[in-house]
Amino acid sequence: MPSTVEKKVERNLIGLSPSDYAGKKSTLCPGCGHNAISNVIQAAVYELGLAPEQVVKISGIGCSSKSPNYFLNRSFGFNGLHGRMPTLVTGACFADYKIEILGISGDGDSASIGLSHFKHIIRRNVPMLYIIENNGVYALTKGQFSATSDQGLVLKHQGENLLPPLDLCMEALISGAAFVARAFSGDVKQMKEIFKAAISQEGTAVVDVISPCVTFNNRAEAMQSYTWGRANQTPLQEIKHFNTKEEIEEGVEEFEPGTYKEVELQDGSYLLLRKLDKDHDPSDKAAALDILTESYKKKYFATGLIYFSEVPPTIQERYDLPDEPLNRIGIERLRPTPAMLESINQDFGI
Amino acid sequence: MAVTELQSKSNLATVVNNFCMTVCTVNGSGSVTANNIIYRALFQMGIPVSGKNIFPSNIMGMATWFVIRVNDEGFTGRVPYDDIVVAMNPSTLLYETSFLPEGGVIFYADHIMIPEGHRKDLIYYPMPIKELMKTVDVPRNLVSYMENMLYVGIVSQVLGIELSELRRAVDHQFAKRVAVAESNFDIIKIGYEWAQANIEKRDRFVVERRPSKGNLIMTDGNTAAGIGSLFGGLQFCSWYPITPATSMVEAAIAKVGELRKDPVTGKTTCVILQVEDELAAAGAALGAGWAGLRSMTSTSGPGICLMAENIGLAYFTETPMVIWNVQRVGPSTGLPTRTAQGDLSFMYNIGHGDVNHVILMPGTVNECFEFAWKALDLAEHYQTPIFVLSDLDLGMNTWVTEKFEYPNTPIDRGKLIWEEELEKIEDWGRYKDIDGDGIPYRTVMGNQSPKSAYFTRGTGHDVYGNYNEDPKNWSDMLHRIEKKLNGAIEKLPKPVVIKGNNAKIGIIGMGSTDDAIKEAQAILAKQGIETDYMRIRALPSSSEVNAFINDHDRNYVLELNRDGQLNEILMLEHSKLSEKLISLTDIGGLPMTAVWAVENILAAEEDYA
Repeated sequence: MPSTVEKKVERNLIGLSPSDYAGKKSTLCPGCGHNAISNVIQAAVYELGLAPEQVVKISGIGCSSKSPNYFLNRSFGFNGLHGRMPTLVTGACFADYKIEILGISGDGDSASIGLSHFKHIIRRNVPMLYIIENNGVYALTKGQFSATSDQGLVLKHQGENLLPPLDLCMEALISGAAFVARAFSGDVKQMKEIFKAAISQEGTAVVDVISPCVTFNNRAEAMQSYTWGRANQTPLQEIKHFNTKEEIEEGVEEFEPGTYKEVELQDGSYLLLRKLDKDHDPSDKAAALDILTESYKKKYFATGLIYFSEVPPTIQERYDLPDEPLNRIGIERLRPTPAMLESINQDFGI
Repeated sequence: MAVTELQSKSNLATVVNNFCMTVCTVNGSGSVTANNIIYRALFQMGIPVSGKNIFPSNIMGMATWFVIRVNDEGFTGRVPYDDIVVAMNPSTLLYETSFLPEGGVIFYADHIMIPEGHRKDLIYYPMPIKELMKTVDVPRNLVSYMENMLYVGIVSQVLGIELSELRRAVDHQFAKRVAVAESNFDIIKIGYEWAQANIEKRDRFVVERRPSKGNLIMTDGNTAAGIGSLFGGLQFCSWYPITPATSMVEAAIAKVGELRKDPVTGKTTCVILQVEDELAAAGAALGAGWAGLRSMTSTSGPGICLMAENIGLAYFTETPMVIWNVQRVGPSTGLPTRTAQGDLSFMYNIGHGDVNHVILMPGTVNECFEFAWKALDLAEHYQTPIFVLSDLDLGMNTWVTEKFEYPNTPIDRGKLIWEEELEKIEDWGRYKDIDGDGIPYRTVMGNQSPKSAYFTRGTGHDVYGNYNEDPKNWSDMLHRIEKKLNGAIEKLPKPVVIKGNNAKIGIIGMGSTDDAIKEAQAILAKQGIETDYMRIRALPSSSEVNAFINDHDRNYVLELNRDGQLNEILMLEHSKLSEKLISLTDIGGLPMTAVWAVENILAAEEDYA
């Protein structure tokens, strides 16, 4: 059905065109994996029919954190401090909980300087799509090892990396994330479906995107290179996101009947998962940890939905807050009455 | 020990409403509750009184002191001696007696041994604590608490604190826990009645009821600040526990449900969230401020250190947030449970590059309330982090203060604009100075206008928020921020001046040293040295500060730190008058005393004799 696809590209569900979702021209290196991610975020938000005004982009410091400037110009953005993106999100999320927050970070941000914030925002279950643009290297400072660099990796000015890497999907799982996925900048089709599902998810959805740095860490044997990624990528399932039940009827033609699992997401959209060679059950946390352990050990690159479960209450749900945006509540509703102060004075008085 | 042998033949005249009493106990034994009952009963009798808890950084078992000062003239700052000691801690008794002058009084638990012949010039009242405890049925785990209630009864009876006021103080202390109040008061009464029957008063200290001033309340600065923030329309508070700031947020937590129930929806309009560290506390408050919530965080020196990078970001992105620093003693972990004014220089310019901040400095508990709501207004008005500098003495100790006054100006959200206002502005830019006052218009997330969004960054940016490395742009941006904050100076709380009689000498102070300096001013006046006293309540310092310094031959700047930090700042801000400024500093972790201030001013005055 090429004609319908073409039509979709023109206008989305809310009548906006792709240019309404554009960002500034990227200043990252040509071929940088992060540019692919920016494009996919743009496409995913477009296809979900979210107005750019309903999205906020918050990032840390590094090449990855520069990227929010390169998509969704009409969305508010905040390029904050190295590793501290989750702290900004924690405060901002209470202002208007209907806004979708995209948190963009790198492996330096989330695996090193801000590892504790990464784990604690998951623990709080702040609703957001938490993206790690993971290239296994400090690129903006020109090529130092990161905490996700593989053991034995050799870099020009660094010699050999002596330490084993952290796996942020594993850290996310252990911290209690209800949505954990891994994607690859070399597979934009899968990434887009994952992003759409992750945005539809309530609570913290973590997507670790292996995103090669073409300048400092793209040797064929490096775990975060295009070559290694393409040669070893092992999707855990075929994944497709649908905005409505009706869309499934149309789109499911690609999937043979009886080969897929249908999952309804909190916002009423659907996720279809089709089993591939690996028989991975994403609702099984122990299996999720196993597959991460195994893939590192056996040197294959597991991508797709690693873990997905029912969402615990979000941080906003743990407070008894009004339905309307807190940041629009009028000043007359924010100050207690004189009678309340008088009562306090009496209590403290004689 | 035969008590009669230790008696002093006191023939001095009776002293009414004028003494300092230190209660020495073991920390963790519940003595603060007991001491607060005495303290509150005195307050209820209309007598000017203060209470300071001097405690170790420890949970249980170390020596702790509670100092109650009664003074009819209203001077209730710390004094460096005692008139009365209540000794419940065997390990410190002899040390405590060294603070007592001749005729001093010591109440002590009679199982504590006092060496034969020790300080015959004191008046001893042994208290049969263990014996009296045998007459009551108290669960074993409550014995040490209840022993404290015995001394409350005994000491009160001897000094003339009324039993009915003790009763009211107990009821206030235990609020709705009627049974607990009852059992505590029973013990107090046993002590009181025992003293009535068995103690012959030999000391000269008594209290007398005074006409009650209806406008006074009793609370601590942290409670005042926590509640004041809720009256300031606080919407988000992120924090991490640290002494001595913790009780501020705890006070807000206790009241948020009651005070901040939305009149329209019945829901809560303020979020208080404990986070993983002070980096996150500052980051989350910054994120909330950026997103259009009135936000704050509260911490002490070590926490401020961790917040430094975020504070620089807030300054440069022009994001409102309020940061309370309830100071303890640094450097490093320092003395976590003692007081100082040592973070001033650090906070004033915290952040790398060209950074300067607005600091509010409350000097009374009442001002902690007032500055709490004002700080939230100032932060949003000037789109910058606002610091409020308190300290442990002001924040954690209970003070008698004037009633909180309802805010006299409406909540000020500054130039925060939504869709309609934005539509009216031609060529809006987040950092564009449209009004010429250096304060740009601000949009926040959730604004549905396609023109409202901008990209906030700590990197160089132009008036629209776009990345920019141009030298002139950078210079213009920093100078505009400077202009914006210069505009704030005369809008900040003005200094409070207490004039002497044609004084040529000025005294300058800030914060919790107010009591000590006012008393010093009175003592000096009695000695024929007239002074004017100015308490600075905000930095950068205003034209009034300049005029005060200029109007005096010399000004003594009194503060609780080593380096004379306020003095240094004043010398920079009023450099032409720097020769008129003389620094006097006191750093030992305890509140300033008038005696110290007088001695040091007199010593310095010898140079001008």
